[in-house]
Amino acid sequence: MKTFAIGGVHPQENKFSASSPTEVLPIPAKVFIPLSQSLGVPSKPLVKKGDEVKIGQMIAAGEALISSNLHSPVSGKVEKVDDYIDASGYRRPAIFITVEGEEWMPEIDTSPDFIGEITLEGPAIIQKIKEMGIVGMGGATFPTHVKLMIPPGKKAEYLIINGVECEPYLTSDHRLMLEKPAEIITGIRLLMKALGVEKAIIGIENNKPDAIELLSKTAADYPGIEVVPLKVKYPQGGEKQLIAALTGREVPSGKLPIEVGCVVQNVGTAFAVYEAVQKNKPLIERIVTVTGSNISQPSNFLVRIGTPIITLLEKAGWNPEKAGKIINGGPMMGKALFSPEVPLVKGTSGILVLNRDEAYREKTEPCIRCAKCISVCPMGLQPYLLARVSEIGRFDIAENEYILDCIECGSCQYTCPSARPLLDHIRLGKYKVNQIIRSRKN
Amino acid sequence: MNATILFSVITLVSIGILSAGILYVVAQKFYVAEDPRIEIISEVLPQANCGGCGYAGCKNFAESIVSSGTLEGFNCPVGGAEVMKKIGEIMGLEVKIAEPMIAVVRCNGTHAHAPSKISYQGVDSCLFAHITFSGEGGCPYGCLGLGDCVKSCQFDAIHINPETGLPEVNDKCTACGACVKACPRGIIELRPRGKKDRRIFVSCINKEKGAAAKKNCEVACIGCGKCVQVCPFEAIKLENNLAYIDPQKCKLCRKCVEVCPTNAIHEINFPPRKPAQAEATEAGA
Amino acid sequence: MNQLIISGSPHVHGEMSIKSIMWGVVIALIPAWLVSLWYFGIAALFVTLLAILSCVAIEYVIQKYLLHQEPTISDGSAVVTGLLLAFNVPSSLPWWQVIIGSLVAIGIAKMSFGGLGKNIFNPALVARVFLLISFPVSMTTWPRPIESRMAFLNFDGITGPTALGTLKTHLAMGETISQIKLPTYISLFWGEIGGSLGEVSAIALILGGIYLLYRKIITWHIPVSYILTSFLFAGILWWVNPEKYIDPVFHILAGGLLLGAIYMATDMVSSPMTPWGQIVFGIGCGVLTILIRVFGAYPEGVSFAILIMNAFVPLINRAFKPKRFGEVK
Repeated sequence: MKTFAIGGVHPQENKFSASSPTEVLPIPAKVFIPLSQSLGVPSKPLVKKGDEVKIGQMIAAGEALISSNLHSPVSGKVEKVDDYIDASGYRRPAIFITVEGEEWMPEIDTSPDFIGEITLEGPAIIQKIKEMGIVGMGGATFPTHVKLMIPPGKKAEYLIINGVECEPYLTSDHRLMLEKPAEIITGIRLLMKALGVEKAIIGIENNKPDAIELLSKTAADYPGIEVVPLKVKYPQGGEKQLIAALTGREVPSGKLPIEVGCVVQNVGTAFAVYEAVQKNKPLIERIVTVTGSNISQPSNFLVRIGTPIITLLEKAGWNPEKAGKIINGGPMMGKALFSPEVPLVKGTSGILVLNRDEAYREKTEPCIRCAKCISVCPMGLQPYLLARVSEIGRFDIAENEYILDCIECGSCQYTCPSARPLLDHIRLGKYKVNQIIRSRKN
Repeated sequence: MNATILFSVITLVSIGILSAGILYVVAQKFYVAEDPRIEIISEVLPQANCGGCGYAGCKNFAESIVSSGTLEGFNCPVGGAEVMKKIGEIMGLEVKIAEPMIAVVRCNGTHAHAPSKISYQGVDSCLFAHITFSGEGGCPYGCLGLGDCVKSCQFDAIHINPETGLPEVNDKCTACGACVKACPRGIIELRPRGKKDRRIFVSCINKEKGAAAKKNCEVACIGCGKCVQVCPFEAIKLENNLAYIDPQKCKLCRKCVEVCPTNAIHEINFPPRKPAQAEATEAGA
Repeated sequence: MNQLIISGSPHVHGEMSIKSIMWGVVIALIPAWLVSLWYFGIAALFVTLLAILSCVAIEYVIQKYLLHQEPTISDGSAVVTGLLLAFNVPSSLPWWQVIIGSLVAIGIAKMSFGGLGKNIFNPALVARVFLLISFPVSMTTWPRPIESRMAFLNFDGITGPTALGTLKTHLAMGETISQIKLPTYISLFWGEIGGSLGEVSAIALILGGIYLLYRKIITWHIPVSYILTSFLFAGILWWVNPEKYIDPVFHILAGGLLLGAIYMATDMVSSPMTPWGQIVFGIGCGVLTILIRVFGAYPEGVSFAILIMNAFVPLINRAFKPKRFGEVK
């Protein structure tokens, strides 16, 4: 069975919520929509205080090259456009909407009917994806339409669909594959048409045999689409690792996947593309896994964007007294939240709540040069060295040792027997090296 | 036996003479001519190589002075007036004495004033904490207390006070500016030491609206502008909800300290205040 | 609600810790230790316990009273050093020499470099070489297996040379290999030979090595390249002249080669960090070991070989980088 060659770890899977069907969460009384929900430039608000909005109405426009449109996930009145406290505790602008009724934009097809027939041409599909504010649903939130625009001189050969979900605990992609296989396959066909590629490969780790079987069956009618089971290994969901696992090609250092003729999209993105193109539905809701040792009923919810995370936690039965850490995403790459009051955004694939005793970091011991970090690094770097030179401020060495190749998967720190904060140091080094490179250019 | 000793002595001595000869020849042949003043100036300099002067170390500083032939724009903040005067003598030039400066920490978000809302675990690096989150107290402008400034200081002049969690500058400060650069939030500023070491400054750099700032820290500057109104010398500016006292215009009258509703303006090294009445008569006199 | 914690990812940690590694090594050494108890009896028990206790005590004293640090003896690294030191000396070694060995291992080779993780040389081997040079007689007097079981302090009449020692002396006397009476492969395999307390039994050492590989505490690179290189080098010599040079299997089984290759050369702190670096390190150790054994003054060369290669580790680390993902050739 295929997997990527260099490094990797096997954290405990803990997929508690894999067998819980997706539940539709009721619309909250108030939502707040951060203006910065994708990589790149924040969107520009189109509404102001007091405006009435409908579900699916565009409320902010992504005007820059790398930016995305935002749509109202609810109907109601704009309370204000003001700062909110984001996941890191910093102030960022957001649109606050008070919910009144449930009125959809008329052009959105809200029927449950499945539409498999593709009528649009490639450029029109990309335009639709851009209009509907689709971004990468795996967590990186890169605007999808930008990824679909192949730079001149390059040619896409494969569309790679990421159904790996290698992060422990998370099951939102797994549930989506089980519940919406036909929609996902249609979404993949739309993406293939947009890219003009003949072949699509769906990579799924073999801890999800039901999803592999179901998608293989659904994809059987389309000879260009192939489902490939992969051996479980973290971080297989990393773009470069997935390409290596499925095609054997390695994206060169500092280059994008298109360099080896690949474009990678998440299964969640494929589903969002289906809804956007076939049903005219913008990205206003997503599936979120709520799980962890602190959660009494690990669940998968279909939630409107902008819902405060605390609503989800309460629904899934969390224990605030024992909670130690709330993580947006999985335990390996997720971001610890400053408070549970922050809203759900397009890139939130899961909320993980760890109990206090689990959330503490272990005591740091001296490096014993065991080289475990080197053997698990999926990018073939030397994490101990990068961490050390970043710590002592030798950013020149860090740059020469390819610190910018680091994908921040956390395998090194996960595996370090001395529990050293390797990734903390490396992140710091990357930040500094980026700063130095920028100042060199000016 | 004697022959052995004699032989060894002769061998060793001749090796010694030969080596000395080689060393001499090499030193002559590869001698690099250098302005002797560079060496003399270097000796006067503190040799801390802190870079506070803007040059890469003391030697580089000395070279730059000699090659430019002027003292305009050169100042060794560590050595201060004394060292600059000596350099002036060596160079035969007049020195303009720079005003002595000191690093000032403009945050008062102690554990008591800005209680922790969340606890941080990770490397002791303010920069890393800064790119990770806003701060344990929640203020996105406040001191993170992890000591990047302390690590940057070569003069043992800044330390974190464990009780408050904030850095404190002591008299060893040479105003080299290393901590100013090290602080990812720009909290530390170099300000004139002031007459009798007395200083008045706003101990906050929070640019949020008053209510938001106050929510995280009870001694934040809320941008109310009272100090601007009361200042008789127009030394205080209010920008982005934040007051700033221009040290060049400030005459240390302390009126602003009294009116500040959040005690965000600090006075340092002033004698204790006299009762209100005595002050009034003094002002009248 | 209580206070939440914020930190960078990852938010979970694997099971491996320094403790689990060190105690894993101790477990792997137990078979060889039991064999040594079987052959060398109470003296072996005494030497091992004394070496472990003195190493732990010395580390504790240095950390607590000299360096004023939090003592970290519970991480088990001093226990491993003590055990390996005991494995590298004859069971007849006087008690005070064992303590001096511990002092050298922990005090000089480990703590003076900065403690765990900072030492350049393998502490147990530094101590062994120090003892070998300082006390050549007691370090080369080997109790005979089984006969010395009940002996304690008095080993008169029950000592003999090691297999490698016999070989070296008789070759020096001008005899050919077939004339020399050497232990059989079977006794070398099970360990019924004279030698350092832990090095005698090939099977016990290999068992422990398999355990270490299974627990992923060591990788195959160093042991395999070390043993294979020794085998090939000794094999070439044997092929050239089998009457002057002994066969390669004897070289592998006799002496401390297995102990060195599996437990000493693989010491994480003092070995290279990349797979290719480790292979080069193993090759260097193998070549040096056979060179010293065949052409050197000492019958055994494992400790010297590993220590010499330890000195090259920083260079090897610099020269051999792991294969990067997407490396542009």
